[in-house]
Formats: sequence, C-alpha cells, structure tokens
Amino acid sequence: MMTAFESSCAATTDRPLLQVQGLTKRYGARIGCADVSFDLFPGEVLGIVGESGSGKSTLLSCLAGHLTPDAGRVVFDTDQGPRDTATMAEPERRRLERTDWAFVHQNPRDGLRMGVSAGGNVGERLMAVGARHYGTIRETAIDWLGRVEIAAERIDDRPAAFSGGMQQRLQIARNLVTGPRLVFMDEPTGGLDVSVQARLLDLLRGLVREMGLSAIVVTHDLAVVRLLADRLMVMKGGHVVEQGLTDQVLDDPQHAYTQLLVSSVLQV
Amino acid sequence: MTEQAYNFAYLDEQTKRMIRRAILKGVAVPGYQVPFASREMPMPYGWGTGGVQVTAACLVPEDCLKVIDQGADDTTNAVSIRKFFERTAAVAVTESVAEATIIQTRHRIPETPLTEGQILVYQVPIPEPLRFLEPRETETRKMHELEDYGLMHVKLYEDIARHGQIATSYAYPVKVEGRYVMDPSPIPKFDNPKLSGNAALQLFGAGREQRIYALPPYTTVVSLDFDDYPFEAGKAPHDCDLCGAGESYLDEVIIDDHGGRMFVCSDTDFCLSRCEAGHQGRFGSAPPPPLPLWGEGVGPLTPTPAGRPHDDRV
Repeated sequence: MMTAFESSCAATTDRPLLQVQGLTKRYGARIGCADVSFDLFPGEVLGIVGESGSGKSTLLSCLAGHLTPDAGRVVFDTDQGPRDTATMAEPERRRLERTDWAFVHQNPRDGLRMGVSAGGNVGERLMAVGARHYGTIRETAIDWLGRVEIAAERIDDRPAAFSGGMQQRLQIARNLVTGPRLVFMDEPTGGLDVSVQARLLDLLRGLVREMGLSAIVVTHDLAVVRLLADRLMVMKGGHVVEQGLTDQVLDDPQHAYTQLLVSSVLQV
Repeated sequence: MTEQAYNFAYLDEQTKRMIRRAILKGVAVPGYQVPFASREMPMPYGWGTGGVQVTAACLVPEDCLKVIDQGADDTTNAVSIRKFFERTAAVAVTESVAEATIIQTRHRIPETPLTEGQILVYQVPIPEPLRFLEPRETETRKMHELEDYGLMHVKLYEDIARHGQIATSYAYPVKVEGRYVMDPSPIPKFDNPKLSGNAALQLFGAGREQRIYALPPYTTVVSLDFDDYPFEAGKAPHDCDLCGAGESYLDEVIIDDHGGRMFVCSDTDFCLSRCEAGHQGRFGSAPPPPLPLWGEGVGPLTPTPAGRPHDDRV
C-alpha cells in the first residue's frame, strides 16, 4: 500500500517539469547550441558540463527565456498545464520568472541590486508578487538570511559590504524566497575559493533536497556536478555528446571528449 | 525684436498642435508618459520648460493665468513665467486661484480647492518614477507595460528599513486608476491626497525628458504604501504664523541668527486672502517687516537654550 507521500510523489513525477525538444540557437553562421533535447522531472537536478564556448550558457539562456531560440520547443509544466515558454507572451514569462523560476548568476552583481539592502534584495520578489505587509516581508527575509547562513543583523547592509561567498548566498536566498519549482544556475560557484565553494555546495544540496527543487546547473567544474546533479549532459561545439546518470558518465565516460574532460581533472 | 513678432503664446501653431495631440493621448491614458518633441524654450532646463510648453499649447486669449513657484506667486520662477506669457500671449494674469483658468505650478497644489474647467499644469523635472531604481529607459518602459511595479515597493521598504518610516516626503509615487505608477512631480506628499478626485484637469510637462502625462478630472490616485505602514500626508506641526491656518502646508523661515524661526503658509494667495478676511497668526496678519535678519545684539524671537537653534519638527 502506498503512503500519501509516495502517491503524491508518484503523481508529481509522472509528468516532466520541463521538456526540451530540438532546441537550436545560431549566432549568424555559427552555432550556439544545436538540437538539444531532454526531459527534466520534478526534484531532479541536471548538470550541463563542457568547456568554454561549448554552448552551455547559450542553452541555459534559451531555457530561461533570456534568448529566443531559432528552433525547438521548451515546454514547462505551469499551473495551467504544459506551455511552450519560447513562444509565451512576455507578461506570462515574467510572471514565471518571478514565481516558478529562479536564476542564479555566476557573478552575484548581475543577480543582486547592489544599491539595495540585503533585506530589500530578498523581499523584492515577494513585493513583485504582491506582498504589501512590511513586517511579514521582513520576517521572511530574516528567515531566509538564516537559511543561507547570513546573520540577521546584516539585513540592512548593502551587498557591497558582503564577501563574495555571502553575496552568492544572498543571491540564492533572493531567488528561492518565493518557493520556485525550477532553478537555473550558471556557474554558481565560479569565482569563489574552494572552502567557500564547498560550503555553498553543501548549502545548495541541502536546499534542493529540502525544497524538492528541480535545477539545471551549468558549470565547467566536474566536482560541482558530482555533488549536486542527478543526471549529466556533456556539451561540445554546441552539441550534446553524452548524457546519463552523473556517476555513470563520470566513472565510465564513453565519448572521447568526456574521457578527455574527466581525465583532465587534477587529482590532488 | 518686438513682442508682436512672436506667435500667440510664443510657440508656432504646428508645435502647439503636436503638444495638444500628446496631451489628448495623456488624458486618454491617465498616468501614461507620452513622448513629445519638446522644443528649446527661452529659459534653462529645470526652470519649467515642459510646463511652459503645455501651458502655451492650452492657452487661449480669454484665459486668465496664475503661476505658482513652490506655492508663491512672487518668486523668480513664477514672476518670469507670468511675465513671459503676458508679453507673448497678452493674457490676463491673476494671483487668485478662483479667478484663474490655467494655473502653472512648480511643486505645489493650491490650498483652495480647484473647480471644473480649470487646468493645473505641473513642471516636472524627472517624469519616470522608476528612474533611480532601474537606470535603463527600455526596461522601465517594459515595466510600465507589464505593470511590473514590485521595485517601487523595494524603495519604500528601504525607507522603512533605514529610517523607521517611509521617509520619502516629496515626489511620492502614486498609482493612477489602479494601472500606471506615476511621479506626481516634486510636490510635498501633503498634496498627494489632492491629486485624487480633483475637479480640475491636471497636466504634467517634462521638457528636458520630453514627456507629457495627465490626470483627467476625478481620476482616482492612490499613494503607494504598506499595510502596516500606511501613507500619511505630513506637514510641520504648527499653525501659520501670519494667518493662523492650521490645515495648510507650511514653509519654515529662519528669521535671525539666534535660532528664531517662523512657519508661514507656502501658498501665498491662500495666506493673503485669509489675512484679508481678518484671520491672525502668532505674528499678526502682516509679514513682520522690521524683523532683524542678521542684526547685531538682537534677541531671539523664540528663546532657545544656550542660543542653539532647536529643531521642533517631528
């Protein structure tokens, strides 16, 4: 007999959260990414790895609606049923960006408002979806700062006064505050030193598990996907050359490029 | 060059038509910023070039014009704009709100309620309420288009977080008919309630930024706020020292170098008419002309401890 929890899991994992079919983006004659297809199920974390210029970031921008793809479909399972976000009207897509989606930039300066206090940064998405009670917004902001390990007394400080790791954690809090279902991450640990990276990854892994988030993580750091991702996609020259379960791909790489990628990681 | 060399109200007829088209569009979409081809005017930007162009486009020879600068009829900006239209349009001018058909104003709404048929023209330095929150004009237009106004509340949030209250005291953002967020020009927030349901047509002209927007008569205008920090129209907690009015917006005037100060109505026409009707404030009904401004050895009008100016504003 199934428990209520199991049946709800079965009900939600039946249908993919995001279906990508034949996604192509060209920059003139050059290829950004070509013919990318995959399904992402609720609660699943997909890693996209590849060298610089392999089309990872182009793919992510197309998925998140920052770029318009030249061909293909990006079908997201919205609360009104599956919808193609590539052809969706701008107001609808912006509503998705504020509620069901989140985007964590590599550089926190791109994702934060540097002139606005930490509390304001976290509260912005709440206010954008209609929160109008200062006390509640502030409580939620304090709660979220705590969850990303930022002291509550820093709530009125501007992000400029924060260290790089804190800025990145603040950016994560700001994005997750409205309880999104899908998080896009572009090199979330880029530019951080290794000990801060480890803490951030630990935090991210905890939040993803705890909130049952689906995530697409673009990175060139194999350690990041090893820790975070359930499945892995390897890109080269705009094409997906190999995909599968993370451990499977990393431990038994089939494609020559993946073998090269795995073997070029320094062993300390 | 003689005054007769100018067309009526300075601008040529085609320009006035262009501005009127923008005004009509603004009236049709209350609170929406309509772009228009702002002209060079014989005054510097920041002195009301937008307001002057809107006034010029609305003026007819039968009009009676009043010009207000921070509530006063007799300060530089008001005097020179009034003189400008006297010379180029030969219209009647007045200082009385009731007599005027067009009132051009800088940063105040008159205390005397406006009536149907009157036009109130505001001079606007920065028409975009989101300007200092989002620097890209393309993005702010998109935000208006999509009613994406969460950022406006971030500004108010920051105010409360930093000052314990909404410290924005002028150019307080408003929402027009539940749609567009609008900058009401730098009027004190004391005047915000008068924007809503006003019987007069309110036009806003920004010359440097080349935008016109409008509030048709009886438009609903709501000042933005939080549920637990509601909007409050604040003013100095005093009565006017000349006319004794307790309900008007007050200017604080330093009257000596010993901390003496007085509060007077910022709306000079309102104050004068009350004085003429026999009302009196702390200093009587006339502005005290023999007040020693920088006199030596003159005692303070309001004794303050240790001669330090004491600030009794809230």
